[in-house]
This record gives sequence, structure tokens and C-alpha cells, in this order.
Amino acid sequence: MSHMLSSFLSACPGAVSQGILWGVLALGIAITFRILNYADMTVDGSMCTGAAVNAVLLLKGVSPLTALFAAAAVGMLAGLLTGSLHTRLGIPVILSGILTQLGLYSINMRILGRSNLPLLGVEGLLSLRDPYHAILVGSVFALAMVGLLSWFFTTEQGYGIRATGSNAGMARAQGINTDSAIVLGLMISNGLVGLAGGLLAQYQGYADVNMGRGAIVIGLASLVLGEAVPFLRSHFSLRLFASIVGAILYYLVITLVLQAGLNTNDLKLLSALVVTVALGLPTLRQKRAAKRAQTAALHKNAPQQKKETV
Amino acid sequence: MLKISGLKKTFYRGTVHEKVAIRELELTFQDGDFVTVIGGNGAGKSTVLNLIAGVFEPDCGSIELDGIELTSLPEYRRASLLGRVFQDPMCGTAADMTIQENLALASRRGKHRGLRRGVTRTEREQFVEQLKTLELGLEDRLTAQVGLLSGGQRQALTLLMATMQRPHLLLLDEHTAALDPKTAARVLALSQQIVEREGLTAIMVTHNMRDAIQTGNRLIMMHEGRVVLDISGEEKKKLTVEELMARFSRASGEALASDKMLLA
Repeated sequence: MSHMLSSFLSACPGAVSQGILWGVLALGIAITFRILNYADMTVDGSMCTGAAVNAVLLLKGVSPLTALFAAAAVGMLAGLLTGSLHTRLGIPVILSGILTQLGLYSINMRILGRSNLPLLGVEGLLSLRDPYHAILVGSVFALAMVGLLSWFFTTEQGYGIRATGSNAGMARAQGINTDSAIVLGLMISNGLVGLAGGLLAQYQGYADVNMGRGAIVIGLASLVLGEAVPFLRSHFSLRLFASIVGAILYYLVITLVLQAGLNTNDLKLLSALVVTVALGLPTLRQKRAAKRAQTAALHKNAPQQKKETV
Repeated sequence: MLKISGLKKTFYRGTVHEKVAIRELELTFQDGDFVTVIGGNGAGKSTVLNLIAGVFEPDCGSIELDGIELTSLPEYRRASLLGRVFQDPMCGTAADMTIQENLALASRRGKHRGLRRGVTRTEREQFVEQLKTLELGLEDRLTAQVGLLSGGQRQALTLLMATMQRPHLLLLDEHTAALDPKTAARVLALSQQIVEREGLTAIMVTHNMRDAIQTGNRLIMMHEGRVVLDISGEEKKKLTVEELMARFSRASGEALASDKMLLA
């Protein structure tokens, strides 16, 4: 037991650093799934595109920071594509993202030239060999992004995106071009996802064509874990910050279960289960509350049930 | 001035569900007209409003507002000219945003939205004054989520938002129908107050014949996608519900069938 604890503690810095980088991706997912109300499936592809572009540029001798900008930029392009498929061609929300994601797989292969591209002989801004340094660098990026988004979503443009996600009909009645708002939101979201892909490629020291697989689910799991943290709900910027915290929690949990002997191949199933429970629970609770209210109305004279705190 | 000419709209054309919503519409509203529109279900009342607002395109015809042809503009571009309040109180506001954020969205209707602050301190002070006129105590709750408000409160807020940037035309689409009688009366009174104070041109669709008679200066009755009655001025002032029903059956050739209208 004490052996397990000590090995968990020694794995913590790695988990935290990885969590922070995935937190940048979770931020992107928060924008589409929560603010824009758009179930964007582009992520699995755009994350890898960011990583691939970043890796190829690094190997060509481009500076790591410039490579990250490029990763964010190609992510934004992927968002632009998905958004255009939906708003210009009328392709349904989910399918628009899936089409981009699928197409990106081939593009990612083209960029990488092979399925796994190691970053031999080049140094990134951060590396898993020095997790404490990676935590520092990752935090700078993550907090800068939270700050940037907190500002952006209090501007007129940001309000337009939030209104579009909350009530598109109302937004149009107030003169907001909801199509543009959707495209812009998707671009910002996938820009963050591309950036996260680039950061992760530098951190891991390679880019892999499969590295985006299941990224949406990991991002969503981080999102819901972050939302469960009680004192990170009161303010808009805190809710954004919660995505980062959620991703760190997610990787701590993953590390813990791996230490406990869970097979790595079972991780995706675990992630899917976490998201299913987290997204399904509120619905089940609502149904139960509605049923209870019904029964209470039927037995008005019966003594009141003690409220259960869940 | 609003000028509608040769307007036609058929839904689900060429299918078994084909439904002629607007058979042929010619209408002219003068500036300052407050027109009430009544008619049974499926008469085309809401369709007219949605065609003006650009929710969907007409099959043919033109809608001209103060010299601007609306039919060539997308919905969000027409918004700079129109104020809209919907039947469903949930439709007119963004539930996930605060009262001041909603008001700020409305105060930028028809203006360019850039990277300036979404809501400024001067605006907040104005919002407090404007909210006071609603007499609902919302002026103390600027940062409350709109989703927490009641239907009546949200509808009053929508009304304020629709008229904040003076609209060339105010569209009220059965905006009191989903409210309880007391709240409905309050929202209707507010609507009249704002239209009179600002001297707006407005159209109000309603199911309530008494409201239709008592509100505004002109009353239009629609039936099967056409205008069958158009009453204004002194004639409208003297109108009674009974007389209106009698005139309707003469004009349309059938008795007034809508329960909703009889009960109103």
C-alpha cells in the first residue's frame, strides 16, 4: 500500500503537467459544447493536425513558439471548415465535425509522412523529462488562454457568440449574424485544440496520427470534472479555469487507476464511462425529482419527505 | 411606412401537406399606426409577422419598410429596423446571460459589434432607469441570469429590448397569450404605454378580441391567408365584440369557429 502511494506521488508531477496541456484542449471544448451549444466532433482531427504541423515545423528548424502559433492557426482553419460545412451547406452539426475529422486523418498523414514522427534532435518549450518545468510552461499557456477568453467573452463579439449559443432566434432578432458567430466560435475552439496538440507533441517528443483519438471524450470528461468543483462556478472566468482544473483531476485519476493495475487499453472505456455518468446523472436526477414532485402532489396530506442531499 | 404588396406564401409546396398560409396580401401602414391583427388558427397572422421579420422567405411579393425592401435582406440584417416580441416568453431573451448582458445585446441592434466592452458603466446606469419604467424591480437585479425570471418578467424585458433602439416597426406576436391574465394585462398596458410614448408604428397579433378592439387605431382580421376586415378610426372605437363577430361571419361566409376566440 505504501509502495503504491509513493509511486503514485512520484507520478503526480507528470499527471499534472499532462493535465494542464489537456486543459487547454478542454477549454476549447468548453467553448463549443457549453458556450456555443455545438457538439463539435472536429477535435479528434484538429488536435492531431496541430501536433503534426508543430512537429514538422520543429524538424524544419522553426522556433517552438512559432510552431505553436502555426498549430493554433491550422486548428482555426479546421474550425472554419466545420463551421462552413454547417452554416453554408446546411450539413447537420454533428456530421459537419465528423466529416472534417475524417478528412483531417488523411491530411494529418500527409503532413506527418508516416504514422509516427519522433522529434529527434530538436528541443521544444517543454518536455515530459522535466515535468516541473512542463507544469510551469503549461500553466503560462493555460492561464494566458483563460485570461484571453475571459476578456473576449465580455466584448461585443463575445456576447454575440454567447447569445447565439443560448438562443439563436433571439440573437438574430437582435441583429447578430448567428452563422458568423458559430464559425468564429468554432475557430477559437479548434485554435485552442490545435495549440494543445502542438504543446502535447513538444511535451511527448513526437506526433502520432492517432494521438487525437478520443480527445473529445477526454476533454468532455475534464469539463464535467471541472464543473463538479464547487468553488469554481461563481464567475465566467472561473468556469473557464475549471476546465483546466478538471483536466488535471482527470489525469490524476487516470494515474491512480493505472497504478492500481488497470490495463492501459481499458482507459478509453473508463473515460467513456466517466462522461456517460457525468452527463447522464443530471437527467436521471431531474426525472427522479419530477417523479417525486408528482407523488408529493398526489399525497398532499402525507407527511413531507425529508429532502435528500445528493 | 410599411408597404406589403403581392405577398404570397405556401408551406410544403408540392407535398400532401401543402398549406397556403398567405393567399395574397396587400397592406399599407402609415407611420404611427398601431394595428391589431386577429383571426382564427391558421389564418396567417403569425406568418405575416415572420415574413416581415425574415424568419422565412415569401414565394413572391415585396415588403417595403420606410423605403427599404426587406425581402432581399437576411433576418439578422432586418433586425436593425424591427423590434420583435414573441409568443413564447423564452424566445426573446438569452436565458444563460444576465439582464444587463441581454439589454446590452439589444442596445447594439443594428450597430457594428467589435471588440469593445459588451456592456459599459454608462449603459448600466441607463439600464437601471429603463428597467424602473417596467415597475418589476428588475433594476436591482442587473446581474441576475435571465433564466431565473418569470415568464411575465422575461416578456416585459423583451419588450424593453425590442424598443430600446427605436424600431421602424414593432412586431408583437401574441406576446401576451402565454401569460396569466393579470400579467398579460400588465404586459399589454406596458406595450401600449411604450408605443404611445415613443410614437412607434406597431403590429400586434392577438387571439383576444377585446384586446384587439381596445388597443391601437386600426384592426385587421385575417381568414385563410387574406385580410377580410380592415377597420380603423372612429369606426374601430365604437366596435363591440358581438359586432366584430357578426361582421366576421358576413365577410368570411362562415361562423367564427375558433374556441379560443369565443372564450377570449
